[in-house]
Amino acid sequence: MSAATTLLRRELALAWGRGGGPLLALGFYAAVAAMLPLALGPEPARLAAVASGVSWVGLALASLLSLERLFERDYEDGGLDLLMMGPLPLEAVAAIKCLAQWLVAGAPLALAAPIGAIALGAPASAAPMIFACAALGGLAFAFVGGAGAALALGSRRGGVLIAVIVLPLLVPPVIFGGAAIDGFIGGLPWTTGLMLLAAYALAAVALTPFAMAGACRNALS
Amino acid sequence: MITALHIETLALQRGERVLFRGLSLSVAAGEAVTLTGANGAGKTSLLRAIAGFIRPAEGTVRFDGADGPLDADDARRGGCHLVGHQDGLKTGRSARDELMFQARWTGGDEASALDAAERLGLTPLLDLEVRKLSAGQRRRLALARLAASPRTLWLLDEPMAPLDAQRRAQFGELMGAHIAGGGLIIAAVHDPLPIPARPVEVGA
Repeated sequence: MSAATTLLRRELALAWGRGGGPLLALGFYAAVAAMLPLALGPEPARLAAVASGVSWVGLALASLLSLERLFERDYEDGGLDLLMMGPLPLEAVAAIKCLAQWLVAGAPLALAAPIGAIALGAPASAAPMIFACAALGGLAFAFVGGAGAALALGSRRGGVLIAVIVLPLLVPPVIFGGAAIDGFIGGLPWTTGLMLLAAYALAAVALTPFAMAGACRNALS
Repeated sequence: MITALHIETLALQRGERVLFRGLSLSVAAGEAVTLTGANGAGKTSLLRAIAGFIRPAEGTVRFDGADGPLDADDARRGGCHLVGHQDGLKTGRSARDELMFQARWTGGDEASALDAAERLGLTPLLDLEVRKLSAGQRRRLALARLAASPRTLWLLDEPMAPLDAQRRAQFGELMGAHIAGGGLIIAAVHDPLPIPARPVEVGA
């Protein structure tokens, strides 16, 4: 078994157990989606207008939940030393950790996103589009969030710090994805938004591992 | 495979504080070195500098292989093994899962991991969660990953502090076998190791 699959299997197992795994993120997302009608009033027209936008914000917040422990736990228990000494460069280790985070938390959220949006009044025909945007956006959330988690290593109240670092960086994918979904529902051009979202996600996958590795090395030295 | 380690006029600094200057040390295959010194003298920092985690303020750390000098990153990635104050174990996973991952991650396999567990008396504990193990048992699990992987340079930071007399002797045998097989050991200690070792004072 190659080192990369060994590490991915372990990270999947850890992500599954970390902070309640996917159930916690799903529960948080369901709670946000359920609170909205209580705050805005139950008129279907008003809810339908904001359904896709709210499902995006809910996704971004839910994906932040389990990020705090992504590097923190390895940093505290000495596991990061061991990961540094492995056969893979730290950049690859960081990318694998974020990939596991996306598979365990991002993928279930991408499946839940269309359900939440439709329950709030988005048309059922938009479900594939919402799923595609949520899956791509989740990839960006996991990698950008990982960079925030690595930068916050060693600080007290790391979770709040991560949110403050990461949320501004999640604005572009929320804008691109929201534009793609609204365009798709309204019969307007939507490919540009989806392409920009994909570009942002790929750029995050390509660039953030270097930031994460640098931040981890800095925290250890 | 690392056959020799050369440290030349090394200086380490933590923040503004200089831990030591001008430390030179060579360790050859089949040799054990103990680092002694007061608390805060820089023993742990020296081990972490050898492992590449801390950048030295001055001086160099070089590794030799059988065919001459090695690239430092390659040498560390394929030949160095560190057991520090923290055991690097995840409390929610079983001892077996953790040992298997650590062995595979550092170049070992299932057979070598089970063999290492047997030699440290860990076999009956493998199915327990790490959180249910005592401090000494956790440390033995961390030490087992040394023997489970083919890496030659062991960097040990107070490896035997939580171990009882019988386990210290067992780990002594393991270290003796490693040295006899051409391994290198550098250990920061307060009590002497149960094997012949050359003492080096840090921060004197």
